Parts: sequence; C-alpha cells; structure tokens
Amino acid sequence: MQGDVACAEGAICAGCRFFAGYPITPATEVAQRMSERLPLVDGIYIQMEDEIASMNAVLGASWAGMKAMTATSGPGFSLMMENIGLGVMTETPCVVVNVQRGGPSTGLPTLVGQGDMMQARWGSHGDYSIIALCPSSPQELFDLTIHAFNLSEIYRVPVLVMTDAEVGHMTERVVIPPPEEIELAVRPRPKVPPGEYKAYAVPPGEWVPPMAIAGEGYRIHMTGLTHDERGYPATTDDRAQWPLVQRLVDKIEKNKERIIRLEMSQLDDAEVAVVAYGISARTAAWPMQQARQEGIRVGMLRLITVWPFPDEQIHDLAGRVRGIVVPEINMGQIVREVQRCAAGQTPVYSVPHPGGDIHDPQQVLDAIRRAAGRKVKE
Amino acid sequence: MAITMRDSYRLDKSLEIHHEAEGLKEDVHGRHPMDDMLRTERLPHIWCPGCGLGTALTCFLSALCRAELDLDKVVVVSGIGCTGRVAGYVRLDSFHTTHGRAIPFATGLKLGNPELKVVVFSGDGDLVTIGGNHFIHAARRNMDMTVICVNNFNYGMTGGQAGATTPIGGITSTSPYGNYEYPFNVSALAAASGAVYVARWTVLHARRLERSITEALLKPGFTLVEIISPCPTGWGRQHKQREGLDTLRYYHEHGVIRHGADPRETDIGLGGVIVEGKFVDIEKPTFLEQRERRLEQIRSGGKA
Repeated sequence: MQGDVACAEGAICAGCRFFAGYPITPATEVAQRMSERLPLVDGIYIQMEDEIASMNAVLGASWAGMKAMTATSGPGFSLMMENIGLGVMTETPCVVVNVQRGGPSTGLPTLVGQGDMMQARWGSHGDYSIIALCPSSPQELFDLTIHAFNLSEIYRVPVLVMTDAEVGHMTERVVIPPPEEIELAVRPRPKVPPGEYKAYAVPPGEWVPPMAIAGEGYRIHMTGLTHDERGYPATTDDRAQWPLVQRLVDKIEKNKERIIRLEMSQLDDAEVAVVAYGISARTAAWPMQQARQEGIRVGMLRLITVWPFPDEQIHDLAGRVRGIVVPEINMGQIVREVQRCAAGQTPVYSVPHPGGDIHDPQQVLDAIRRAAGRKVKE
Repeated sequence: MAITMRDSYRLDKSLEIHHEAEGLKEDVHGRHPMDDMLRTERLPHIWCPGCGLGTALTCFLSALCRAELDLDKVVVVSGIGCTGRVAGYVRLDSFHTTHGRAIPFATGLKLGNPELKVVVFSGDGDLVTIGGNHFIHAARRNMDMTVICVNNFNYGMTGGQAGATTPIGGITSTSPYGNYEYPFNVSALAAASGAVYVARWTVLHARRLERSITEALLKPGFTLVEIISPCPTGWGRQHKQREGLDTLRYYHEHGVIRHGADPRETDIGLGGVIVEGKFVDIEKPTFLEQRERRLEQIRSGGKA
C-alpha cells in the first residue's frame, strides 16, 4: 500500500469521518483515497477552495463532534498556519498531515524535503506547544495517523503528522489490524449540565477542559481571542493571558513522558549516535551497518515524536557517546535542538540536505566516521 | 436547560477576571425582551453610539423567534471586526473565528452535523474582502447556511479604512483623497455566485429586514441578507453624517425598495440611490441534497 493511502486508511480506522482538503503534490493521494472511502462509511469529504478554508472546515467539523483531518504539503501548510493557531487557541482536536516536499516556495513539488520541521513547531504566530509525529514507513504512517487522532482528542490540540514525499509515495506492505485491536481515544466531555458548564474550566489535577460541541444545548462560545474560563474574550490586560497560554504550553510539555515515542537501536554500546526521523532514519541504516563493520559502535535514536522534543533523552544520550550525527533533509533544523539538549557534552554533526533527494548514504557514513574520530577524506 | 439571568450573574461572580464587565446590572438598565437570547453578562457591548449593529442584531434575534427554530440547534459563526463580535453576544452556540474564515468554519459545522441551523454573521470587510473567496464558493456549492453581511463600506474596528465595498470617492482613513477602486456589490456577488436567496435592507427598514432574515433562515441553501448599516465613527463623519441618525436620514432619502430587481443594477454609489428589497428567491438543491442524490444513484447501481 502507498504511504498516502495508508495515511487515509489509518484515519478511517481512527474514526475520522470528515476530510476537507485541497489538491497538492505529494499529498493528493490522501485526499483521493478519502474522497473514495468516506462516502462508504457515512463520512464527509469536501474539496475546499484553498487550504485556509480546508483548515477552517476541519475545525468547524471538530466542533460539530467529528474526528476531522486535512492533508497538504509545504505551500498549503503555510496557508494553514493561522488557523492551526486558531485550533491551538480554541483547543480543537484535529489532525493535519504534511507530506513534506522540497522548498522554499513552490520548490520541488514532486521531490522530498524535511524543511517544515521548525514551521511545524513555530509556524503560527504567538507562543504555544504542539505535537508532531514523524513516520518512516507506510505502516508507520498508518499507525501514527491513528495515534495522532488519539493524541489530538486527549490533549485537545491539532496534531501534525510530518511525513515526507518519500514515505508518502513509497509502496510497502501495510498490515491493518482488526478494529477491536485498535485503541481509540475520545475527547473529554462535560459531566455537568449546561447551566454549570464553563467551556474552558479545567477540572482539578487535569490539563484539558471537557469539550461540549455545537447543538447539545450547552450554548458554548469559542473565540480565537484570549479568553477566560467561560470562553469569553478577556483582552484588556494579561490576567487571562497568563493562565491560558501557560496551560496551552503545559498541557503538552508537562505530559511529555506520556506523549513522546522514540525508537532506540544499538545504543547500548554506542560511541556514536545517529539522531534521525522520517525517511532520513532509513537512509542511515546502510551507513550504520558499514560503520559497524569498520568497528565503529554506532546506534540510533529515532524520533517518532519530534514535538514536543525529547530534551532529557537527548541530554542523557549526549552524556554517553563521543558524537551525535543528525542527517535531515533540510539545512539543519532539528540538529539545533539536538545541540541545545547535548549542552556541550559531545560534538553534534549536522548532515544537511536541501531537498530533492534523500542523502547520499556515503555522506552519512563520513559523518559517523568523523564523529568516531576517524580520518575522513575531504 | 436555559440559564436564567440571576444564575448567570452568580456564575460570573465566581470568576476573578472580567468583573468589570458586570458593572451594568439588570436593576440599572432594566430587562430587555431579547435578554434571554443574549449573554447579558458580557454587556455593555463594544459598539459605538449610532452604530447600526444593535438594530441588526435585534432584527436577527426577532427573526430567530419568528422562525420558531430550536435555539439549541442554531449556531452563529462570525469572523473578525465589529460585526464579528455578534457571536460573542448571542446566547447560542457561537464561534468567533479568524478574519475572513467564518464561512469555511461554518461549512465544517454544517457538514459535521447537518441538523444544525448555521448562521454566519459578519461584516463586509470580513466576508467579501479578505473572505471573498469563501463567500463565492459557499454560494456556488449552495452550502446550507444563512449569511448576514453587515455592510458599512469600511473597516470600522481598525479605524475606518477602505475595503472592497467602499464606493468610488469614499473618504476613509486609507483613502484620504477619495477611493478610486471599483467596489464589490455584495448582493450581486452572492446572486452571481449561486445564492438561492438574496435580500438587502438598511437598518432603517427594521421590520422588512427582520422579515427577510426570517425567510432566509427558513430557506434551505445559501441565503444572504445584506444589511446596510451606519458607522458614524469610521464612515459617517467623513460623509456629512455626523451621527447615526444622520445616516438613517440619508437612508430614508436615498433608499428605494425594488423587489425582484436585477442584482447587477443595484450598485451602491456615493450619494446615489440604495436599492433595497428581495432580489433573489429561487429553488435549488443544497450541497448535501446534491451529494445525497449522487450517492443514492451509485448505491442503486447507477453509473457515476
């Protein structure tokens, strides 16, 4: 099954019954599959007039009680940014898939890139935290799309599936488990009658307010303005801003342990670590094998969750190895996070690539050799 | 379960923030017949003296009563701007979205739950300038929603700038020498894009306006009511209408009721007539009906 198609199938399995999108290479196949599948499961597919509209329709559908998704690539992701922010501010569960291609601008529509990783973290204005996942295979694109829906429902936040043109257009075996084996989460719901319900009041000891939806009699008000517990605008000073923005950040950052998924391989004896995500983690497989044959003890920490960032795990890793290598299909984005977390304990080697192709494995091998203190021909 | 006035005050008192908004109490301003439909705890509103939005909102609420809709199923979606604040004052499920994006958000709500009666209540700058693309596409699809567009020919909230509805010659804070861009005619734009119901009234014609909103609410498909409304702060004072009342007088002198007028002949020029009335009222299957028909054909073995 193709990666994009696996993504659509994952969404259907997750209970997604609303898709709004706009055609864009290399994400179009997600929309195509959804347009075919959703009518068969009583769902709604709509092709909107642009990605701004798509993102808003997804938010609207979520407030009508649907699990909703859109899929796009770089230029469309840029257009969605303002309203991803609306989703963050209003705590609207939804999933946004970005099948990354080479940029900036129109860039390389049909070819791979991983240049939107920082945009995923910081792209919408203002300050907030967000969840972003990076699958490395069609199977994982299927699995993580389901996981993305679960996280979005639990934390009431747009969850970004940051895949790329290689994984999206790759065809591999995908196992779809029977429905009873798929765990699904649903958003917290109000337990009090409408008169007592405050739309953004958080129960003690929790981070996420229960969510009433339109048409249930709760007469909710939702706004992108800074709001108080009732959801009413409170924009004359910072009294509501503090607790609101703090909580939007905390509900992700304080739950990092529950959210973050990493894959560690061959790290037990490692002197060099490769930190990678998405297709770049797979590109590193051959160079790692070669390096092991050369006697370099190399292992990998693969980021399945990229945001929130696994600060502690990278910090620990940096204390145990003599070098960290970070191959990514951008000019060095996540490597900065790795450097920050390594905090000078060990050198961090960036292996950049502007996009258009995956890395030449030789470049990654050379970086591993360099990190191990071996001489490398220039 | 409805929240009573007293309960809602008590609710507010439990909150530390926003207590200043509670200054105005029932015993001070008395009870208004529309109070049950308003989030009175949010009053006073932000609108300037002489603004037409109070009348527009009252007409809308009266129309809601008259249409006898289940208010738990009525949803109001607004964008950004003075009119955009309507969503924050109605005691209904209400959504204050981003600038220009009320219509696509409303599209998601309607398709997510077709039982909802979705109303988009926003301004001309929001709906046909920054949000113009969504406006024409929702009309094209005949998406089931009522759009109430309050047109005051300028961007009020940000201080009276020119927009896509500003007539040629209009003086605004960004057209100090007079606007020289051709404006959109909101009603004609909706009609040309496929709206099944189009009416225009000034806020002076409140009873007729209320009737049109009622008709629009009860009609399936994309329905538009354009409300011409005074903005003494951003527009009026530059056009010899110092107060809202001067603008209403202007409407009285320049308003011409012409039901069934060709929307293309209803452009609004500076100092010219304002053609009002019901311009379009046609029958056409909605987006969801179209979808259902098509899928039904497929289910019964027909060809795509």
